[in-house]
Amino acid sequence: MTTMEQAVERPPRTLSERVTRIVSKAPIHIALAIIGLIWLLPTVGLLITSFRPASEILASGWWEVFAGRINFTLDNYDTVIGSQGMGQAFINSVTIAVPATILTVLVAALAAYGFAWVDFPYRDTAFLVVVALLLVPIQMTLLPLVELLRDIGLYFTLPGLWLAHVVYGLPFGVFLLRNFFITLPRDLIEAARIDGATNWGIFRTIVLPLSVPALASFAIFQFLWVWNDLLVALVFAPRPGGLPMTTQVNSLLGTFGTEWHLLAAASFLIMIVPLIVFFSLQRYFVQGLLAGSVK
Amino acid sequence: MSTAPATASTSETAGSKPPRFLRGFSAAALIFVAPAVLLLAVFMVYPAIQTIVLSFEDGGGQYVRLLTNDPRFLNLSFPPQGAIVNNILWLLFYTGGCIVIGLIVAVMATRVGYERIIKAIVFLPMAIAATALAVIWRFVYFPNENSGLLNALLGIVDVGPISWLGNAGWVNSALIVAGIWGSAGFAVVILSAALKSISTEILEAARVDGATEGQIFRRIIIPMLSLPIAVIAVTLTINVIKLFDLVYVMTSGGPGNASTVIAVQMYEQFSARNFEYSAAVAVVMLLILVPVMIFNVRRFRSERVIS
Repeated sequence: MTTMEQAVERPPRTLSERVTRIVSKAPIHIALAIIGLIWLLPTVGLLITSFRPASEILASGWWEVFAGRINFTLDNYDTVIGSQGMGQAFINSVTIAVPATILTVLVAALAAYGFAWVDFPYRDTAFLVVVALLLVPIQMTLLPLVELLRDIGLYFTLPGLWLAHVVYGLPFGVFLLRNFFITLPRDLIEAARIDGATNWGIFRTIVLPLSVPALASFAIFQFLWVWNDLLVALVFAPRPGGLPMTTQVNSLLGTFGTEWHLLAAASFLIMIVPLIVFFSLQRYFVQGLLAGSVK
Repeated sequence: MSTAPATASTSETAGSKPPRFLRGFSAAALIFVAPAVLLLAVFMVYPAIQTIVLSFEDGGGQYVRLLTNDPRFLNLSFPPQGAIVNNILWLLFYTGGCIVIGLIVAVMATRVGYERIIKAIVFLPMAIAATALAVIWRFVYFPNENSGLLNALLGIVDVGPISWLGNAGWVNSALIVAGIWGSAGFAVVILSAALKSISTEILEAARVDGATEGQIFRRIIIPMLSLPIAVIAVTLTINVIKLFDLVYVMTSGGPGNASTVIAVQMYEQFSARNFEYSAAVAVVMLLILVPVMIFNVRRFRSERVIS
């Protein structure tokens, strides 16, 4: 990772040169250290709090840990997972987000292939209409979608919630994947056609394997979007037993607004999966989020 | 195989169309787009049209009420208040704050050996659900000198404790700071990539010609970053218009309606079964979003983030 600064500077030759350089950069190091602390401490504070006994949280700050003066416990996680329903809510978040992601990626990839490599009348117009749907905020569809799902018996059901997430995720997915598929080498696809491959064969054996980075980025984006979603779950999630963690934490805040031992543990249960994704798949994660900036 | 290069070159000008000999091949191939098109037509386009119809059910009276006679939405007395005004505050300070911090971190990080680490730290909140982010910051702002981080720090200099989220004068600033904390990483990543694309020869030439670091920053780096800065501004503007979770979980728009925003108003009216009214709020959101989104999609088409 060469930076522009390093590319310009020569490596320091003598000790005095090295010291001068470190001293001249001291303001930068200090400023970055402050920024780093501001970005870490709020999360670290809540993480430490989630392991502290309830009785001690209001009496002393979590930063006492640096003085070695606090006790740790797993009781908070025990309580929120068990009696406060976060365990069930975690399972609900998984059963909402995993199928909603797989279905969206599947339907979007099929359509993206159609818009990229299959010819039919008004294809490009139809694609533009799909892209235009990126403009429509979720709020524009909430009430009629509730009524529609109620009419077909899917309101407050898991399939109804999946359906809502698939629909909200599709315009962006089709847009992103079609724009990626169209960059695949034309010769490759035409050669396969001449060799008698069907569209389905081309889609499965050429387009999908070559598009793994784009599919991964979109899948991660969609998964995190659904996992972190509050609004769609508030309106469509099955209740009372089928609510995901975000709505659960929101209602815990209403009941236990200052019970930080519970709120902290519950929040970390929401965060743990996205953090694992972040640290294990950072490249796709960043790409997915950057591409998702049009949504 | 030998015909492929020829067809490729002739169809190049036709953009994305497949070669002529394959046309008409595709009636059955509509199967690929059918699921997505049907789902979107039935569950997105049709509901959106219904919402527009619903919002005009009383001949536009909802809009008149919204814009002239609802202090929660727009109150033009002095100082102006309401959801629209709060969204404008967010637009100015959240967008501006993210860009300024993004610039500072991106520029400074290129000069140190731990660039990747500092960028990852600032980017990390982008992974966190706004709901969890809201809890994190409610705890930072907690009005207790013993356990709320911010009030404990102020306690050192004998100030407070201040109820940041319970005080109508502070609540918007407190929320916007939490919002900047959550989104600055986006600006850092984009600006850092843009900085790396500035050629070192230009910078070196400027240094040789005697430009100071300050001049280089103002006269070379900032102008070359104007496009990425515009991209960030537009993206964050969309975030602001759609802003819901963070405000709803941190304050529900309170105290009173001091921190409410358009999307929170929409949801509260929806929950209160004021459906025509919430439909009108949704249409207002759509109208504000359309020009911004058009810019963003155009930018994406010309630039292509993933390739």
